[in-house]
Amino acid sequence: MSDTAAALKFDGIGMVFPDGTRAIDEVSFSVGRGDFATVVGPSGCGKSTLLKIASGLLDPTSGSVEIDRERIGYVFQDPTLMPWRTVRGNVEVLAELHKVPRNERRQLAQHAIDLVGLTGFEEHYPKSLSGGMRMRCSLARTLTLRPPIMMFDEPFGAVDEITREHLNEETLRIFEQEDFAGLFITHSISEAVFMSTRVLVMSARPGRIVADYEVPFAYPRSPELRFDPEFAALSGEISRALRGAHP
Amino acid sequence: MSTPDPTDVAVAASPVIVESPTVRVDPTKSRARRIAEVVIPPLVLVAVLIGVWYFFSYRIVKRRFLLHPPHDVIQEGFLKWDNFHEILDGLWNTMRVAAIGLTIAFALAVAIAVLMSQSKLIERAVFPLLVALQAMPILAMVPLIAIWFDTKTTSRVIVCVIIAFFPIVLNTLFGLVSAEAGLHDLLTLHHATRWTRLRALMLPASLPAMFAGLRISAGLSVIGAIVGDFFFGRGERGLGQLIRLYSSNTNERELLLAAVIMSALLGIAVFLMFGAIQAAVVGKWYDSKSGGGR
Repeated sequence: MSDTAAALKFDGIGMVFPDGTRAIDEVSFSVGRGDFATVVGPSGCGKSTLLKIASGLLDPTSGSVEIDRERIGYVFQDPTLMPWRTVRGNVEVLAELHKVPRNERRQLAQHAIDLVGLTGFEEHYPKSLSGGMRMRCSLARTLTLRPPIMMFDEPFGAVDEITREHLNEETLRIFEQEDFAGLFITHSISEAVFMSTRVLVMSARPGRIVADYEVPFAYPRSPELRFDPEFAALSGEISRALRGAHP
Repeated sequence: MSTPDPTDVAVAASPVIVESPTVRVDPTKSRARRIAEVVIPPLVLVAVLIGVWYFFSYRIVKRRFLLHPPHDVIQEGFLKWDNFHEILDGLWNTMRVAAIGLTIAFALAVAIAVLMSQSKLIERAVFPLLVALQAMPILAMVPLIAIWFDTKTTSRVIVCVIIAFFPIVLNTLFGLVSAEAGLHDLLTLHHATRWTRLRALMLPASLPAMFAGLRISAGLSVIGAIVGDFFFGRGERGLGQLIRLYSSNTNERELLLAAVIMSALLGIAVFLMFGAIQAAVVGKWYDSKSGGGR
């Protein structure tokens, strides 16, 4: 996949919840710097659980994860902003937690805010932002730490289609600039194919990786790619794999 | 004449401003207009109630000393300097006791709520006692407090604290645990300490609820100050003692009503003041409809 060492490596991950639910079974794959891997599957198949295990929010019941947890980039399903902080305050919060000095923090935050296109909204509170802007703010917050790995837990599920496509394109632009390893979770096949270097298909509970596709399109990817016949063919193939895994 | 469409009427009679029936604040309206819309309705209602008061005073009760008409109350209680001075003194003493009591109750309540938020064990241990304390009739406590302490400021402050304490604890605790689970995860991912979690997440998240509790307690604290003063009946004279004094004397029924009106005005002032403080602290970011702008 990648010539550099893996930023994240799952080895035989299994997860059984205390109530006996087997969420994940025997998941092994790795993501290197420069990779953008997306796991697709319907809701409830354990995709989010996988991210929680990778980030250390959950401990797996079997298997092991190799990852540097010092600076993890994690974009949640919801914007999860602090309503009492302005955009700038929200974007600065992680640098604050990592005790980055004030001036440097300011610069990191401003860079991230510019990167996601929220310039001019620094002093706004979340309550006055649209759903898409809140998501951008959340993205900017994660970028301040320059994380070697970025995880996305269906981050654009709650915004409308047009905003979602914009956010996809912007996330890719940032991916090319910042050179992180990406692990993305979604239930949208077109989003998965558009964003990724690689798409992994997850089965129904207990979640297993049942198919693994290389996405051959070069970056930067234009929005027009979505109408490319090859794009459609690959999407179709992934769709069939998904159906096969969820009878 | 046929009934015209209401919108046509509005357009035709353009100088007449058509009122919307809702009380929702429209940002396009001028500031003066918005203030007027908030102030005028209660004033009209007060005027109506004063009318009812006159009606009862003259038509129903008839004997003046049973229910003095409003102008007697104003004449005796507010326009005679000696009487008004006495009431103002009482008001000042009551305010002082209520303010000290509320401050102590606030500090104590927030500290206990924070402790409860940090440990389930503490919460389980303390909560039933708080409910018991809240349910205990304050009137039964008053004589005991008088025996244990003195009948001056200390005891009155204690009554205030007991009565004002519960809403702040309950609301603050509710606010502390209301922070979004995702934000807790975010702090966990970045190795936040317990103290950082409290300072950077739980305390700010608790502010809107804390202020809601404080606003309720501010009013209760005034009641506490008056009740304590009423029963102890000694020491520096507050509104409570005045109410007791005036009610024992048939010639001073106007003054009794004046003192009651004064305590009501104090209640309104306190309520408005804490509303303003709340707006100043959390108004910028807190969206009361969505619970905080997520």
